[in-house]
Amino acid sequence: MTTVSPARDLPPRVKLAMYFRLFALQGSWNYETLNGTGVGFAMEPALRLLPGGLNGQQYRAALARESRYFNTHPYLAGVAVGALARAELDGVEASRIERFRTALAGPLGSVGDRLVWASWLPFCSLVAIGVFGAGGSALAVVGTFLLLYNAGHFLLRAWGLRIGLSRGLNVASALGNPVLRQGPDYIGRAAALVGGIALPLALQRIVGPGRALVGGIIAAAFVGIVLLALLRERAEGWRIALGVLAVFVLYSVLT
Amino acid sequence: MSFLEALPIALLGALFGLDVVSFPQAMISRPIVAATAAGAFIGNPPGGLLIGVVLEMIALDTLPFGASRYPEWGSAGVVGGALFAAQPSGMPGALPSCLLAALLTASISGWSMVMLRRMIARRLARTRDQLEAGSRDALLSLHLSGMSLDLLRGALVTIVAMAVFAPLVKAIVAVWGSESAASHAVVVVIAAIVAGGALWKVFHSVRHVLWFFAAGLLVWSALLMTR
Repeated sequence: MTTVSPARDLPPRVKLAMYFRLFALQGSWNYETLNGTGVGFAMEPALRLLPGGLNGQQYRAALARESRYFNTHPYLAGVAVGALARAELDGVEASRIERFRTALAGPLGSVGDRLVWASWLPFCSLVAIGVFGAGGSALAVVGTFLLLYNAGHFLLRAWGLRIGLSRGLNVASALGNPVLRQGPDYIGRAAALVGGIALPLALQRIVGPGRALVGGIIAAAFVGIVLLALLRERAEGWRIALGVLAVFVLYSVLT
Repeated sequence: MSFLEALPIALLGALFGLDVVSFPQAMISRPIVAATAAGAFIGNPPGGLLIGVVLEMIALDTLPFGASRYPEWGSAGVVGGALFAAQPSGMPGALPSCLLAALLTASISGWSMVMLRRMIARRLARTRDQLEAGSRDALLSLHLSGMSLDLLRGALVTIVAMAVFAPLVKAIVAVWGSESAASHAVVVVIAAIVAGGALWKVFHSVRHVLWFFAAGLLVWSALLMTR
């Protein structure tokens, strides 16, 4: 087996290039390979360190292999990118790398979806809505949202790449990290608490001071929320909003 | 709004549309950010923020899970924010009509993302042999063209939406028949229902979540009494 630089000693500029490329991981997202080509794109700077460099046979074989179908959460893709890059640089046989790719994709996707899209994002949105409800300025609302959300976002991507590069094919144990396993539950509870404060505060600010309609609005909203909650997956709230709003606009134009 | 006036808005829509999936997914594409930025661009940040918050509540209902189809809020937020911020203050029909325009834009823009993903897949099929041979050039070309096309997609959606909805909203606002308080109330009720339903959809499996929501409502009630 040819000796190559161990991935844990990757030059900082290579790690940095991989980290920044992770932000563009979904640039060629498509229904054939999903974010597979993005994984190849993000890993490419590390693969240049393979024997023969850019023109080497190992580089070409690894790039082709790593650009095939892959599906994961974009923020946790660094775990896969780091682990696979290390495996390639350590000279792990191709069939083992392919089995590892297949095994890793599903868990990373579901953990990321639950932690980021279904917990962290709604939580940060609700905090920002709360800042608006409390009378915050445009800068305060947007600044709070972007700083809070991206503190988690940037750290998660960096953690993923670091853990992937350091653990290689043994990275699966990292998915047992308490933040990944229990984080969504804690964030969910925090989001519910913040939602209970933020939503009525924001609605009050939109309606404006001294409006007599607040009681009616709260009662109508409560009934609507219960109905929508009962429908759960069978109804998309935003589509219902679009339909109701279209009817109301039409009514207001015609009367 | 002339083509030249709409051009910077289209650029904003392109950048925020790009953020949704391609780069950098820092959630500058959330309507609370996109609409506020567009409002600031027009010279009315509070106007952009107001419609941005309403859109954000509605956007809580759609989570961007991988291959699922969802509305594209980046360009839509820019369109909603720019349209609403440009309306004279105190017009009762401004918020509902701009919100409707933004929701329609989000829906159409979501469809345009599906078309783009199919286009990239067709391009991928054409370069499959090169990719299987490990061609760096083919991979970079596919990736960078995908991002460029996404940028173009966002710009096109925004400029077309502005061209269609700017005069339409103006006409609707001019003939609006419902009174101001009722117009705002309808928008607020819609946003509250969608946001509340979305929270339940997302968090209903979390233990004791209703108690935490109730505790939040108690805190709000306490705040209400102390104000």
